[in-house]
Amino acid sequence: MKVLVPVKRVLDYNVKPRVKADGSGIDLANLKMSLNPFDEIAIEEAVRLKEKGTATEVVVVTVGVAKAETDILLTARAMGADRAILIQSDDEVEPLGVAKLLAKVVEEEAPGLVILGKQAIDDDANQTGQMLAALLNWPQGTFASKVEADGERVKVTREVDGGLETVDLKLPAIVTTDLRLNEPRYATLPNIMKAKSKPVAKKTVADYGVDVSPRIKTLKVTEPGKRQAGIKVGSVDELVERLKGMGVAK
Amino acid sequence: MKTLVWVEHDNKVVKDATLATVTAASKLGDVDLLVAGSGAQAVADAAAKIAGAGKVLLADDAAYEHALAENVAPLIVTLMQAYDAVLFPSTTTGKNIAPRVAALLDVMQISDILSVEGADTFTRPIYAGNAIATVQSSDAKKVITVRTTAFEKADHEKGNGVVEPVSGQGDKGLSSFVGSEIAESARPELTSAKVIVSGGRALGNSENFHAIIEPLADKLGAAVGASRAAVDAGYVPNDYQVGQTGKIVAPEVYVAVGISGAIQHLSGMKDSKTIIAINKDEDAPIFQVADIGLVGDLFTIVPELTEKL
Repeated sequence: MKVLVPVKRVLDYNVKPRVKADGSGIDLANLKMSLNPFDEIAIEEAVRLKEKGTATEVVVVTVGVAKAETDILLTARAMGADRAILIQSDDEVEPLGVAKLLAKVVEEEAPGLVILGKQAIDDDANQTGQMLAALLNWPQGTFASKVEADGERVKVTREVDGGLETVDLKLPAIVTTDLRLNEPRYATLPNIMKAKSKPVAKKTVADYGVDVSPRIKTLKVTEPGKRQAGIKVGSVDELVERLKGMGVAK
Repeated sequence: MKTLVWVEHDNKVVKDATLATVTAASKLGDVDLLVAGSGAQAVADAAAKIAGAGKVLLADDAAYEHALAENVAPLIVTLMQAYDAVLFPSTTTGKNIAPRVAALLDVMQISDILSVEGADTFTRPIYAGNAIATVQSSDAKKVITVRTTAFEKADHEKGNGVVEPVSGQGDKGLSSFVGSEIAESARPELTSAKVIVSGGRALGNSENFHAIIEPLADKLGAAVGASRAAVDAGYVPNDYQVGQTGKIVAPEVYVAVGISGAIQHLSGMKDSKTIIAINKDEDAPIFQVADIGLVGDLFTIVPELTEKL
């Protein structure tokens, strides 16, 4: 079974985002970009399925700028993906547009399983996997913390609000990863060198004949309200007094 | 505008997250509610008492018992012929189903709204809450998830809605529910608690977490939360996690014990009314958002605090 892993290039999670002065968006110029952390977990899971013999090939795909080829797609291949597809777009494509492009890729590649991150840490949308499942009429196992696949079905343990829930899905299926699914491996230097010879197919959005024009317009982006500077108390007694003052303690 | 609200429930009671979602929906227009479940008549009756409820559509079918997205989404899509917008709370259930509905309707979903600025304009957090985007949707039908801590809860006793049965296509045969492990807790639910006591990695181990955090929480009638570090280290189950990838909370009082305050954690709790931080590192980022800070060793401070309350 082939496994397809869609990935996204995002502002590195350690970098504090800065809102542009004109309110048009976030300033990304010259900042470190990385693989979305949930997507690293997705790649890791796909590679583990291959190491177990469940998966035969791991293909990563991204929709984004040309630069993705030499950063995130290289990392993905160095982690163990066999080949990559870059669908180039200089404009940001919304989750619905990405899902439509991915549906076309699925048509071409015919994977048995698609593993995505549960959300990208830039737009925090948490939509693409579910949308792709809808467009394909495939079952979905979202927020996965455990994935057990055989040739026919996949059992997914999901992180839900009260605890854990397990669902059984008919393959082909969509899985989206939660943080505790696995610990992604590092791309080692020798593997990065080897990854450079693994193929990347370069496409454009136009190649797929999909309308990805945005449905949502961002009118402005602002900083969240700043909290008033707080005070430090010197002792537990003072803290107790404060809590009593707020009516929290009697 | 006619809006439909997904009622979050466990086939017995309506969950609180529904009430905030009704408030958000009422800012857009008339509110009808959808109860999809199995043996959920009592839920529908309770939903009808939510202030502002018009019709309560009850889809009662074994296929809807566990709210599997594959079965529930086609039902909602059919119902959407009569509605302009559908709103879900940003719970794991809402986040699982809503995008599937949106794609089937060929519309973009608006995730996790913080406010309704107009019929098609909303605010929502991006970059882990480090920025707030005002967005305008051009889609004819809106699919929206609601950050429930950003809206007041609708009154759940003043409504006089009318329950009306509806039916869908039942089981699509794509997926099935195997089982669940729901963490038992006598304490208040994290997302609706007025007071939360949260512990971090500094607790050192699971025993300390229980011995130090829980007595304080019980004294304050608080829910217990945790940072990702504490969850990853196995001190507590993952549904305790507060943050970008865990639960988003906004209680009256949030007590952060031994939590440094990484941005991923802050994005889950920085809308709390009062933040209290106890940490031995006076340079910890948590003190930048804390209203009241106490620098010192949590192993002596917290037991003393619990004792004196």
